[in-house]
Amino acid sequence: MHNKSLTELAAGLRAGEFTSVELTQHFLDRIEKYDESLNSFITVTPEIALAQAAEADAQIAAGTAGPLTGIPMALKDIFCTDGVKTSCASKMLDNFISPYNATVVEKLKAAGMPMLGKTNMDEFAMGSSNESSYYGAVKNPWDTERVPGGSSGGSAAAVAARLVPMATGTDTGGSIRQPASLTGITGIKPTYGRVSRFGMIAYASSLDQGGVFARDAADCALVLGAMAGFDEKDSTSSEREVEDYAAGLDQSLQGLRIGVPAEYFGEGLDEGVAASIKSALDKYKELGAEIVEIELPNTGLAIPSYYVIAPAECSANLSRLDGVRYGHRCEDPVDLEDMYKRSRAEGFGSEVKRRIMVGTYALSAGYYDAYYLKAQKVRRKIKDDFVQAFENVDVIMGPVSPTTAFKLGEKSDDPVSMYLSDIYTLAVNLAGLPAISVPVEPAEGLPVGLQIIGNYFDESRLLNVAHQFQQATDWHKQSPEGFGG
Amino acid sequence: MSLTASDVKKISHLARLAIDEADIEPYANNLSNILGLVEQMDAADVADIEPMANPQDATQRLRDDIVTEVNQREKFQAIAPNTEAGLYLVPKVLE
Repeated sequence: MHNKSLTELAAGLRAGEFTSVELTQHFLDRIEKYDESLNSFITVTPEIALAQAAEADAQIAAGTAGPLTGIPMALKDIFCTDGVKTSCASKMLDNFISPYNATVVEKLKAAGMPMLGKTNMDEFAMGSSNESSYYGAVKNPWDTERVPGGSSGGSAAAVAARLVPMATGTDTGGSIRQPASLTGITGIKPTYGRVSRFGMIAYASSLDQGGVFARDAADCALVLGAMAGFDEKDSTSSEREVEDYAAGLDQSLQGLRIGVPAEYFGEGLDEGVAASIKSALDKYKELGAEIVEIELPNTGLAIPSYYVIAPAECSANLSRLDGVRYGHRCEDPVDLEDMYKRSRAEGFGSEVKRRIMVGTYALSAGYYDAYYLKAQKVRRKIKDDFVQAFENVDVIMGPVSPTTAFKLGEKSDDPVSMYLSDIYTLAVNLAGLPAISVPVEPAEGLPVGLQIIGNYFDESRLLNVAHQFQQATDWHKQSPEGFGG
Repeated sequence: MSLTASDVKKISHLARLAIDEADIEPYANNLSNILGLVEQMDAADVADIEPMANPQDATQRLRDDIVTEVNQREKFQAIAPNTEAGLYLVPKVLE
């Protein structure tokens, strides 16, 4: 059952081959059996999952089921879930039982998807390796000595090991695409504003966007359709209609213009990764697409501007965690300031503290213009590069990550070297564009993701372009050994 | 950009983060390295470029001025560290 696509699972449920309760129990058993080696879940919620599955079975029997009814899912532990611990992988929120649901949670619940649990992640979504979690690192199912990527590493590892058919993620600087790439699954980060941020614990509000991990683009299309849409509770939510993503999947790629930026193939790109990406581009040529060389000259500025904007916004967002209304409070504070300072020092891990401090500095009196304002101007230059490129091409392609999954501990002592691994993903968040990671030929046995970047609100085309590749290849069907096939 | 120990103390105070003496030096190094990375922005010519806060340059949406939230004080305070009679308790602010 765990190797079926969402469409196949939906068909199986309707044909009565298995019930949602059986399907849900199957995945709960798999989590029980295999997650000890991966640590991909922070909280497993079997009672909720089975109760929701029983409801789904009743809907299926009554003929009122939707396309996703009865198919289990998991949520990154950044999505507030009513009555369930929502920790953001931080000691700060280890005791936080959310009093409400994120809009994404409401929507997936309304779609009838039983929730198996909450997945592990980098603390407050800050990281590229899932090593900064208060609950310990997540392991990559392809090689448990390696990282699954981050920050949505738990969701990615769980989907890759087939412990869950799909999981949600969030992407502020690559946190869906990079773990999807490193674990050999498909992950889409939609246009900024496409998926509601309400109840998604904020890291950098002008960059954060929720999205989907699944085996393939067709599965992503189904779930994204259920997750996306205008939400009046999110002040930056887009009012645009949501397209029928599944309807566009079968379009031919004949005449598709693919922009390939020279800047994404320069120094620092692993040779094996480059070869895999190039062979994927050749496959696209076979499918009728045309490769167009393009330039994104300000790519190099993405890292410095991101590491001003994201920390600045994080320092403001995380100031609400003060030990007063919820979350961790230190023992025996002598006064209010002591309570703030010690609660925060004890509650946050070192990477979160670093980013809060960088952001605090960048926003402090006398430095605002030199850092935050300058970074926002650079941000527009980065966006303008893309706007110009999309005048001439339909999609842009390149690698997601300069390397395959690195070893646990390899970069955890050196924040700057970790930041550099996000070089190909950050610009997309700064520009607010949609992008997807699609598994291509592995390099030395480890997964490689092709990044496909689309124009604003062109998710339909991204999913179509990814799906056509997956019709012609079977990299997305490969799964790691050791998890019961 | 190289931060001194006193810079780190000042920043950690502004951020309301207690910091151990032993951690000041490592933070100074780490933060200096990050700011060094950030300085690559200096090479960018941003004359006449408007700062960008939203990818679609969207402005804040307004809604009708009506009450939409229901009172859930008890539910919210159930997860608070310390409350009494519907109020959040913190250490004494005024002597």
